[in-house]
Amino acid sequence: MGDHHHGPAKGLTRWLFTTNHKDIGTMYLWFSFAMFILGGSFAMIIRAELFQPGMQLVEPAFFNQMTTLHGLVMVFGAIMPSFVGLANWMIPMMIGAPDMALPRMNNWSFWILPPAFLLLASTLFVEGGAPAFGWTFYAPLSTTYAPPSVTFFIFSVHVLGLSSIMGSINIIATVMNMRAPGMTYMKMPLFVWTWLITAFLLVAVMPVLAGAVTMMLMDIHFGTSFFSAAGGGDPVLFQHIFWFFGHPEVYIIILPAFGVVSQIIPTFSRKPLFGYDSMVYATASIAFLSFIVWAHHMYTVGMPVAGELFFMYATMLIAVPTGVKVFNWISTMWRGALTFETPMLFCMGFLVLFTIGGFTGLMLSIAPADFQYHDSYFVVAHFHYVMVAGAVFSMTAAVYYWLPKWCGRMYNESMGKTHFWISFIGFNLAFFPQHFVGLAGMPRRIPDYALQFADFNMMSSIGAFIYGASQIMFLYNVIATIVSGKPTSDEKTWEGAEGLEWTIATPAPYHTFETPPAVR
Amino acid sequence: MYFEAKRLLKLALGFVLTVMSVASAGVLAAGDKMNELNMSPGVTALGQDIFDLHMLILWICVIIGLLVFGVMFYSIYYHRKSRGVTPATFHESTKVEIAWTVIPFFILIGMAVPATSTLLEIYDTDDAELDILITGYQWKWKYEYLGDTGENVSFFSNLRTPQSEIYNSADKGQNYLLEVDEPVVIPVNTKVRFLITANDVIHSWWVPELAVKRDAIPGFINETWTLATEEGIYRGQCAELCGKDHGFMPIVVNVVSQEEYNEWLGAKQSEAAEIKELMAQNFTLDQLMERGKGVYERSCLACHGAGGEGGLGTAIAGSAVATGELGGHLEIGINGVPGSAMQAFGGQMNDVDMAAVITYQRNAFGNNMGDMVQPIDVFNHKKG
Amino acid sequence: MIAVSKNPVVDTVAKLVVVAIAMFAFVFVVMVPLYNVLCEALGINGKTNAQAYTAVQTGIDESREITIQFVATNNQGMPWEFKPSVTIMKVNPGASNDTVFFASNPLPDAMVAQAIPSVSPSRAAEFFHKTECFCFNQQPLDGNSSAEMPLQFIVDRDLPRDIKTITLSYTIFDVTDMVSGAVATR
Repeated sequence: MGDHHHGPAKGLTRWLFTTNHKDIGTMYLWFSFAMFILGGSFAMIIRAELFQPGMQLVEPAFFNQMTTLHGLVMVFGAIMPSFVGLANWMIPMMIGAPDMALPRMNNWSFWILPPAFLLLASTLFVEGGAPAFGWTFYAPLSTTYAPPSVTFFIFSVHVLGLSSIMGSINIIATVMNMRAPGMTYMKMPLFVWTWLITAFLLVAVMPVLAGAVTMMLMDIHFGTSFFSAAGGGDPVLFQHIFWFFGHPEVYIIILPAFGVVSQIIPTFSRKPLFGYDSMVYATASIAFLSFIVWAHHMYTVGMPVAGELFFMYATMLIAVPTGVKVFNWISTMWRGALTFETPMLFCMGFLVLFTIGGFTGLMLSIAPADFQYHDSYFVVAHFHYVMVAGAVFSMTAAVYYWLPKWCGRMYNESMGKTHFWISFIGFNLAFFPQHFVGLAGMPRRIPDYALQFADFNMMSSIGAFIYGASQIMFLYNVIATIVSGKPTSDEKTWEGAEGLEWTIATPAPYHTFETPPAVR
Repeated sequence: MYFEAKRLLKLALGFVLTVMSVASAGVLAAGDKMNELNMSPGVTALGQDIFDLHMLILWICVIIGLLVFGVMFYSIYYHRKSRGVTPATFHESTKVEIAWTVIPFFILIGMAVPATSTLLEIYDTDDAELDILITGYQWKWKYEYLGDTGENVSFFSNLRTPQSEIYNSADKGQNYLLEVDEPVVIPVNTKVRFLITANDVIHSWWVPELAVKRDAIPGFINETWTLATEEGIYRGQCAELCGKDHGFMPIVVNVVSQEEYNEWLGAKQSEAAEIKELMAQNFTLDQLMERGKGVYERSCLACHGAGGEGGLGTAIAGSAVATGELGGHLEIGINGVPGSAMQAFGGQMNDVDMAAVITYQRNAFGNNMGDMVQPIDVFNHKKG
Repeated sequence: MIAVSKNPVVDTVAKLVVVAIAMFAFVFVVMVPLYNVLCEALGINGKTNAQAYTAVQTGIDESREITIQFVATNNQGMPWEFKPSVTIMKVNPGASNDTVFFASNPLPDAMVAQAIPSVSPSRAAEFFHKTECFCFNQQPLDGNSSAEMPLQFIVDRDLPRDIKTITLSYTIFDVTDMVSGAVATR
């Protein structure tokens, strides 16, 4: 039946033309790591300039290009593609399907990404420089007052959006139609659930982002005035449209991370996930609520008080399902038999640090208090806690967890643990002091600061350098594992692991589940 | 033994992190502003209410965090496989799940009540005694005191920290990046209403100790208010990315007694009259150059460069305009270049300063034109 | 649910593509008009009527006095002199009031301006009716000339009782390029 498959093709064309979900997943993961290094380099430049008060290394205009590109590359180039790559690798295996529903569109979803980022990065070298209006690109700074490269930026965002939409359609079609017989929705691994819900969010809001940048394009080049008061438009309209996309976007970033953690913690607790059903409902509630809270990013814009109150109440509500998830993870650990290999260490880091980020998020949701927090480093600290210690730690855990299944070799456990501890210390040193300077009055997106903020900024920069350096250790560990790690052929790498992916050979064969398994 | 130590280390670090968050909740830097850990209640009742709300939420989060992490660390230590435990198999409990959905919901309601009343306070702009129109520019603020009649007192407020401090060739002063040439002056114990808008892109006016932050949006007007109960100098910054010098357009508010405020206002109003007198004078080239250098650094340098070499703006050194016909140069300084970033500075500085800076540009940077502009020339040019 | 195709994968994909396109259209067709409608209807963001208001005789409420404050702002690069003739006016709800703004073009070339109004507090905007306003049209001015621009308005009797001061701010923008057909990028 499957004898027309001869394994993967040879050479470069294998990667160019592959429709295999494992190959495409691998390409997404390597691409996203390269973007992580690129975005990380921009961060190193930012933190180097902020190491001391005064301008030492770059000019303010260039600094703004760095903060803008750091945000864009990390969100759209590193985090999102990495989880898409994970989805590609794992979802078919987890549901017992041979591949994704649309393998050729899958190839396209990946291959339009490198050109899009090449286009974005090229803006650093054109006249007027790269976009410098922040990853949130508010009008009219991003329209009337933008550099010429804004048009490349808009085109790049369109292509990125297209990639995400195609990828999400693929994931939904796969999960809805290709589950093995017996795998009802409520038997799916939670990682598949979180990705299914995330994919619906993406299909709903990526087009809204496309709409926003199209309106920018029209204002800049075709004489419309969507965001310009002169022509009867309104800059605040941009903010509403952007954050209508932007808030679901942050849940798009974190929900798959929740899914990963929900797979790994039960394994190393040797105990089933606590409250599977409510985990599903909580994820769905978070997704639904994410559509009605967007203006909490805009509390100081001059909204009528009734609007502010509505958005405040709705935002505070999100704490409930999020809390449920945290309690369920801890209950999974409770009275389990715990071991702390590297994937579990990163999940423990996630649990503590993401929760701290959730607490600062709750503080930020309180509108009157936010009048003091908004656009300060307190916000920067919050979102780095949830995005780095949340999403990135989760992705790192996922790589350590599934790498043996992917390549049939074990990574170096001591190096992995060292990577965790250095990351943990570096991350907290980088971002915890930012809460203080934010509360003390330091605004964000500034290249230089008043003297009272100096000590904590220096600490923060040192922490950032440490965290950055530790990622090199991670890269080394991954490459060394693939090239010369200790071979393993245990189907179940981890004693407590459950799920279809742990029933197949290690490393996973090029084609898996060509015959669907029976699921009880 | 190694693994034992690792686990204890993790526990210790977790404990330290928790302690840090507790410490940050309780410690207020005394006096000196260095390394402040917390928000300041400032000098307004509203600021105190916001601070109290902030601390309430923070403490609730700390307590919940201690409980949750406590359970987690307990489990990490006592439920380790290496202690020989057998894992339990339970994986649901409807009772418990309902409890930890409902209880947080009630805690949130408890938070929402004081939050609502404090928010309503922020929006209450009624019965102000003084109105100030604040306009955000790239990259400075303009303040206009709205009176009932006549010419409003109006001035621009630019960063005063010299480039030498920013580029590390001079030691930084105590109020580095938080000092301006013309602060806002308001009387103590007086409700002041701020009307906030912008000239170009979105800015945001933020003075933490007065508990005021509001976005400045071009074409639209926002209003907010403050009531300072203590005299003093309060410093803030622009809080919305607005271009390259977003970090270099601070705010300084002097809260003074009613008498001092009246004096200041009177002085500002007669400043206009003084400028009129200065206008009739003829200055020497040296006087114009000295004054013009200061004006150049405040108002032109950001775009035209410390040596007139240009940057965001065109070069002044050896430029056709600065070495060309005087009238054309004056025209551009006063009326700007519509359609470009060169603003109409005629409305932003008095005629004495305009005369000085045009003279400076024509004679500095190797231009050496030898001519000069007197304030009356500027006045006459404006009249047409 | 309607099945678009017998192949379940194609069916799912087709429906999702429709959703994606619909969400893109949603931005232009729903979000923008909805924002403008809500702003006009509820006066959010201080937007006032963009066309002349037809006055309805309601009689003057002499028991209330509202302070109207006029503010004038030039947008970036707009060199005109622009200011209200009076900065404060006390009016009764229901009465029709007149004032003028002065504008003067100091440049030798003809220019066209657009004045954009904004009202604070924003919830007063729906009760502030302009029966005649220079902001309804673009305002051309020849080089080196000036003009008096009229404003006529009525404050609605239904203005919430707790509002005692209304600030009307005009920002003038240079729209000479937009009028000539050239695209203004700065």
